[in-house]
Amino acid sequence: MRYETPETAKAAAKLLLGAKGPAKILAGGTDLLVQLRSGMKPPGLVVDIKHIPAMCAIKKERGGFRIGAAVPSAEMGEHAGLGKAWPGVVEAAGLIGSTQVQGRATVAGNLCNASPAADSVPAMVAAGAVARIVGPRKRRDIPVEKIATGPGKTSLKKGELVESIFLPKRPPRSGDAYLRFIPRTEMDIAAASAGVSLTLDRKGVCIDARVALGAVGPRVILVKRAAKALIGTRLEDVMGVLAEFGDALSDYQNICAAAARPIDDKRGTKEFRTHVVGVLARRAALIAYQRAGGK
Amino acid sequence: MTDRGATMTKRKFKVVGTRPLRPDGVDKVTGRARFGADISAPGMLHALILRSPHAHARIKSIDTSRAVKLPGVKAVVTRDDFKLPQREDLVDICRNVMAREKALYDGHAVAAVAAVSKAVAREALKRIKVEYKVLPHVTDVDAAMKPRAPILHRGLRTQGVEPKPDKASNVAERHEFGHGDVEKGFAEADIVIERSFKTEATHQGYIEPHACLASMGTDGQGDLWCCTQGHFMVRNVCAGLLGMEVSRLRVTASEIGGGFGGKTTVFIEPVALALSRKAGRPVKLVMSRDEVFRASGPTSSSSTDVKIGMDKNGRITAAEAVLRYQGGAFPGSPVQFGAMTAFACYDLANVRTVGYDVVTNRPKQAAYRAPGAPMAAFAIESVIDELAKKIGMDPLEFRLLNAARQGTKSSYGPTFGPIGLEATLKESKSHPHHLAPLGPNQGRGVACGFWFNFGGQTCVSLNISEDGTVCLSEGNPDIGGSRASMCLMAAEELGVPYEKVRTIIADTSALGYNEVTDGSRVTFAVGMATIKAARQAIEIMCARAAKIWDIPVEAVVWEDGYAKPAGANAGTFEPMSLAEIAESAASTGGPIAGHSEADADGAGVSFATHMVDVEVDPDTGKVTVLRYTVFQDAGKAVHPAYVEGQFQGGAAQGVGWAINEEYIYGEDGRLQNAGFLDYRIPVAPDLPMIDTVILEIPNPGHPYGVRGVGETSIVPPLAAIANAVSAAAGVRLTHLPMSPPRVLKAMMENEA
Repeated sequence: MRYETPETAKAAAKLLLGAKGPAKILAGGTDLLVQLRSGMKPPGLVVDIKHIPAMCAIKKERGGFRIGAAVPSAEMGEHAGLGKAWPGVVEAAGLIGSTQVQGRATVAGNLCNASPAADSVPAMVAAGAVARIVGPRKRRDIPVEKIATGPGKTSLKKGELVESIFLPKRPPRSGDAYLRFIPRTEMDIAAASAGVSLTLDRKGVCIDARVALGAVGPRVILVKRAAKALIGTRLEDVMGVLAEFGDALSDYQNICAAAARPIDDKRGTKEFRTHVVGVLARRAALIAYQRAGGK
Repeated sequence: MTDRGATMTKRKFKVVGTRPLRPDGVDKVTGRARFGADISAPGMLHALILRSPHAHARIKSIDTSRAVKLPGVKAVVTRDDFKLPQREDLVDICRNVMAREKALYDGHAVAAVAAVSKAVAREALKRIKVEYKVLPHVTDVDAAMKPRAPILHRGLRTQGVEPKPDKASNVAERHEFGHGDVEKGFAEADIVIERSFKTEATHQGYIEPHACLASMGTDGQGDLWCCTQGHFMVRNVCAGLLGMEVSRLRVTASEIGGGFGGKTTVFIEPVALALSRKAGRPVKLVMSRDEVFRASGPTSSSSTDVKIGMDKNGRITAAEAVLRYQGGAFPGSPVQFGAMTAFACYDLANVRTVGYDVVTNRPKQAAYRAPGAPMAAFAIESVIDELAKKIGMDPLEFRLLNAARQGTKSSYGPTFGPIGLEATLKESKSHPHHLAPLGPNQGRGVACGFWFNFGGQTCVSLNISEDGTVCLSEGNPDIGGSRASMCLMAAEELGVPYEKVRTIIADTSALGYNEVTDGSRVTFAVGMATIKAARQAIEIMCARAAKIWDIPVEAVVWEDGYAKPAGANAGTFEPMSLAEIAESAASTGGPIAGHSEADADGAGVSFATHMVDVEVDPDTGKVTVLRYTVFQDAGKAVHPAYVEGQFQGGAAQGVGWAINEEYIYGEDGRLQNAGFLDYRIPVAPDLPMIDTVILEIPNPGHPYGVRGVGETSIVPPLAAIANAVSAAAGVRLTHLPMSPPRVLKAMMENEA
């Protein structure tokens, strides 16, 4: 196993392109090292990206935030500006593994590991995050929901890696939230999850929304119909008074549940995940609404 | 935390009952303590075990030739390296340690390799070719009892039924207990409730995986270091399996990172010894977590039917239970204990329990803290809760009305002496927890539990050193604070400070046979032996003082660490301290020591009542434990902090068992969740602070009144939590664990 520590993103891409056989990127290592210890065939090449300065920083850019691919989630949690703009994304990153794991784990790694249950991904999808991909020749930007194509699989081509994740500038009166369901209180993997991002007008009416569901399909599901159900409403109308606005409530929750394509496995039954992902989407929307200043 | 006195007059203690620092604490927090995998030897090899991927398969052939040829491989063993032992009690252990004709569960050992490194051993495992013929399998207890179920053992005939069956089945044995006339009792009942319950298999969840270092000499002498609850048992079993004379094998117990009953048998130790014998070098063998789950000894899953009848005043007229426990691939599930303990908390005129011990394609179960009792208590105490609610009676009141007390003929035979069940019930009734209000979606549950406790063969040696300090050698690995308790009891008896006594766990060549650390026996039985050994040493010290003073030995008494003249007639001598007598030992007759070798009888039974508040999320079925209080009789709490720890530990493991822990098997009979990620023991924030109330109703069978406390504490939680969840969810939960999908489904079906 060859271990390399390139100092530029281009050099990393070149190493990956030149690799004979499987190559792996090492950011925090919280997936890769565990996989190696549990009997995975060692790759021929491991490229450690923590020596690339640009990948180790959070930068403000055009009113948004660019998060380097090697930035651990603990650093995201300590960044005041980021937490204020995107509390849902930061909370999601703060749910990965344990406190110790968060000292190493990165959201870019979480994204590229391509687990359907990855905690940070529904939050980033809801946030409209954009991944910057660097290849041997050029860079390109694509929405994060286009990275994972299925469990453990990504759309990245040979020689490509994620350099950073960009969270765009927030319009005023915006808020986001992420919730997951786990049977215990921590140190667990989501059985279902939901990320919601909202923007309100001055009257508290929702004018923009993105709703993403995790762990209920082979990849994170962006539910446009659910967003539509929220847009044009004050959420208290949709969520609050069950008796009067029962249809609107069940609309949103049912749309989310109906969009879920879960499997039966040791972490939950199909019917359980379907029901619970709707519950989480409802609860996350309420939190996002409050964060956006809605009352 | 409160210590409440009982009515009996009690001895005034000076040291026993205090809370000094644990003697193993510093080693454990600094990393100096040596656990099973910390023991190494020069020239040591690393071993790995190849395990069956099939739940049930005939092993047609095992070809190890390519593994043996790999450079760095020093030994390979298979079934051919283990002769089936003559001793009948070792045959199943031998078959479990290394599969023979058939692999009987996913994870069953098939071959093992010792090599110069783990990497080489891993590569060697890949080169072993095993040809299997996969057979139909069964992992569920009820399915295994069906007429056309796949049969594990063609030769198995159900014991305990008349006439003796002539056909093989998966039912190894039927047990029956009880007295009175159950049919008559049900006829007298005004209300009868019948329910069926299921519990899934759980693992003890000890943090330290099984680990050992084996070293066999060419002269046939061997040494073994391992983490175990009983190194004398390990020695005897391994010697039996390897055809060695018992005294040729010396076993040293390492520090132990949890056992809870799961380390009362052997899995890897005979394999390591066989590899070492073949390789002529020391061999270290350490299980991975995956192996611990697949191939050590979890507890049984169970299926139980309960029927209880009462008159309109709430007095039980008859009680009956049929319990079916699967114990994995070999007979020996703890269903007998389940059937014995099921109704032990009640004073019943008519009672009958029947237990079926069933084999399935799962790892052979091992003991887990009060083996068999928690599942039985879950079923019985759930119905008791329902009966109380049916007539609008407080469940504690209902239990008090029917509680076993001194003189009650127990459901399993013996008549109880002084017991503490009523005391725990009364204490819980007046506790602030019982009076606290509950919020929406919250429920409170109570349940009682019983465990026999055990004594057994015990041998200790207590040596007085020349500077007046004391060394106590005992033969039981310390899994729950026994070293501290032994130091306290020796100090109490000798009249010296706690700090002057050091207790160590001696190896198998240093002491006579000691039974395994199980049955909550150690503080009771080893404590009794320690007290006796101390008294023997005191006699010797009195004799030495008598010799120095030149007075008859009868004229010397021992008080607070000093030999004193018995009275004015004995003469006036300055009292001699233990240290002074010890210092002069060389000139008064040589070393001073006390010993005790005995089969300890008189272990007092113990009872507990648990009270728990939970909240159930109506949208997700998730259960949160809000408040928990344990009320238990300890007889006499030697080290109250450790006793509280035992109470809390039992409750914590019970919370896991009740809410999330379960062995999940796929259609293919393979274990789906062989790791702590998906086998969910509680993490710290899953638990509230578990409050404890120690009651002390002295056990007449122990000089200080001690009763075992380690196991009773896991008996009531499953039921107490189920009663609380059922109250909060508005529907009776009858299947453990009460995981969110199960609770949500029950609530939704109840609404519909």
